[in-house]
Amino acid sequence: MKTRNDPERPDTVYFFGTCLMDAVYPDAGMAAIRMLQNLGVKVVFPPGQSCCGQPAYNSGFVQEARTVARQQIRSFDRPYPIIVPSGSCAGMMKHHYPTLFAGTPDEVAARRFSERVYEWSEYLATVLAVALEDRGDPLTITWHSSCHALREMDVIQHSKALIRQLKNVTLVELERETECCGFGGTFAVKQPAISAAMVKDKVADIRRTGATTLVAGDCGCLMNITGAMEHGGVAIAGKHLAEFLWERTNGQ
Amino acid sequence: MGNKTTFDFEANIDGALKDDQLRKNLRKAMDILVDKRRTVFPDTTYLEQLRSAGNAIKRRALKQLPRLLEQLEANCTKNGIQVHWAEDTAQANGIVLDILRRHEARDIVKGKSMVSEEMHLNHFLEKNDIEAIETDLGEFIIQLNHETPSHIIVPAIHKNKDEVAAIFNEKIPDTPYTEDVEELTAIARRVLRKRFAAAKVGLSGVNFAIAETGTLLLVENEGNGRMCTTVPEVHVAVMGLEKVLEKLSDVPPLLRLLTGSATGQTITTYVNMISSPRKSEEKDGPKEVHLVILDNGRSRMLADPEFRQTLLCIRCGTCLNHCPVYVRIGGHAYGHVYPGPIGKILTPQMEGLEQAGVLATASSLCGACGEVCPVRIPIPDLIRRLRNESYDQDGSAVVDGGGYKKNLAETLVWKGWELANRSPVLNEMGTRLAGTIGKRLPKVGPLEKWTRVRTSPKVARTSLHERARNEGVNDE
Repeated sequence: MKTRNDPERPDTVYFFGTCLMDAVYPDAGMAAIRMLQNLGVKVVFPPGQSCCGQPAYNSGFVQEARTVARQQIRSFDRPYPIIVPSGSCAGMMKHHYPTLFAGTPDEVAARRFSERVYEWSEYLATVLAVALEDRGDPLTITWHSSCHALREMDVIQHSKALIRQLKNVTLVELERETECCGFGGTFAVKQPAISAAMVKDKVADIRRTGATTLVAGDCGCLMNITGAMEHGGVAIAGKHLAEFLWERTNGQ
Repeated sequence: MGNKTTFDFEANIDGALKDDQLRKNLRKAMDILVDKRRTVFPDTTYLEQLRSAGNAIKRRALKQLPRLLEQLEANCTKNGIQVHWAEDTAQANGIVLDILRRHEARDIVKGKSMVSEEMHLNHFLEKNDIEAIETDLGEFIIQLNHETPSHIIVPAIHKNKDEVAAIFNEKIPDTPYTEDVEELTAIARRVLRKRFAAAKVGLSGVNFAIAETGTLLLVENEGNGRMCTTVPEVHVAVMGLEKVLEKLSDVPPLLRLLTGSATGQTITTYVNMISSPRKSEEKDGPKEVHLVILDNGRSRMLADPEFRQTLLCIRCGTCLNHCPVYVRIGGHAYGHVYPGPIGKILTPQMEGLEQAGVLATASSLCGACGEVCPVRIPIPDLIRRLRNESYDQDGSAVVDGGGYKKNLAETLVWKGWELANRSPVLNEMGTRLAGTIGKRLPKVGPLEKWTRVRTSPKVARTSLHERARNEGVNDE
């Protein structure tokens, strides 16, 4: 399932930790890094990195988005692949940076940067062709597809392929798997009532699967859905795919 | 509808979200429409090729729009169709009224037409003592109930069978209550037949106007469109100027995309192609055919290379059917003629940002609309562009009301965000601070909105930056 023209196994990759992982889900971030390292790849975490810029980009604040995006382009200046544990941030960096920098002096640098961006599960499943050994107890989970992983990065088949490698894990799919959970970045606070209705329906869909764990590849969706589940007293754990796979393959 | 002062989006949304019946009706109907589309396009490769063809055909038409419109006018005129140009809806209404007055018509039978909704034609005619009679079954239902369409293809989709039964029973004299769909349809037919027979003038929309031949193409499933365009002595067709196509061979791919995307049909029950009034040797058909071509802001859209893509739209409504926001709030909440994703990009451009810019906030940018659009309009990108125009940071806005949202408070928030995310030192300080005091942050502003239905995000005591550094991850 090679998806790119440069599928050769690299010695070194960059890791972009995303602002949400940095602040709210560092365990998932460390798990994503450890998974890469265990496959014999040197992982570089540039300390100058911060946010992909999407929150401002989607809210009408293009100049601020560009400044922050430029900070990432500068921080990831070597020709290593850039591995991003979020379909949304990866979509921003891969598909929107060229537009964001079109007609500016950084346009060429932005394009070169974008070409190196991979979503984390896509990279593990394709370029690194990981083989996972499940050391966990039998477990029923469900999976939430983030809209941008699905429609911008088109990597959901890779995320699910990784889950399906786990022999003790039963994946029960959501009835409306391709429907947005209602996060949408600033949408959640600019249209709180619509967003609330969307996440409420998503939680109901999750409950109907009977799963005890919800796995997702994007921390934004995860924060939205688990926040709503916790608020509603729903006892279903939410985990980022990286942390989930790390725990399963390490018998935790 | 479309009035400058009566649009309260937030109240509309709250009302719709609380209406369980409405939400149930919408979900059920949208599920059916989504499923039908999927069934009619089982081969995704073929569908993607077809969408590319549709996009290319419409782009080619837009690229030479002025020439094609002139050609359409010339060929229509040659065929005996009288062509009228309207810069805005007031002019278009005036043209229709003139025709009605010339024929001393007291009423007009109407086929389904979103452009006539855009013109608020029914209301205008009513003020001029002319009765507009909607003959599409869905339009007929909502007209009885004094409502406007909540969907551009299925206007009464927000109503279920029981509600329709109650409306017929209450509003049509001597009508017993029945929930039997065939009986309900028969009732509507009985009422409408008389009106078709008596009306001097019929009105229709246009799905495609073919410049090469001067042909007006109209799709429908009930035959009411054919009645409106053939029974009365006069047929008036109204269209937005983006409906013109270069040639007849452009029609098949677009027709397939239109009916497949709209209702999941390979073809509609009726495909009307109107090329002239009744000819001398013919026994039926209208004696006069008029075509009203409406601009109403479309030329302005055409002038911008990005916004121009709005005019690719063939009004299939599938973006509404697939939208997670539309399915929850329904068409009326949008407060304007065109709801859903296409409405979010069309309405602010037509009405200005101050009036309708707020519509662009009602999207999570999930991309479902762009994914299904049969002519590949990048709706999420255009929503984002409208958000940019609302703040107009660089003074480049082209839509009316550009920069209407500019305000110091929001600007400062984003400047602060920018600063924290371009300076590694500030970034780390900010994350650490949030980790320490996060739980004690007062629930105001965005956090208050977030925590109405969710717990607060739990900021970690040690950030990923720190963890990576402390746990020996390479930093170069």
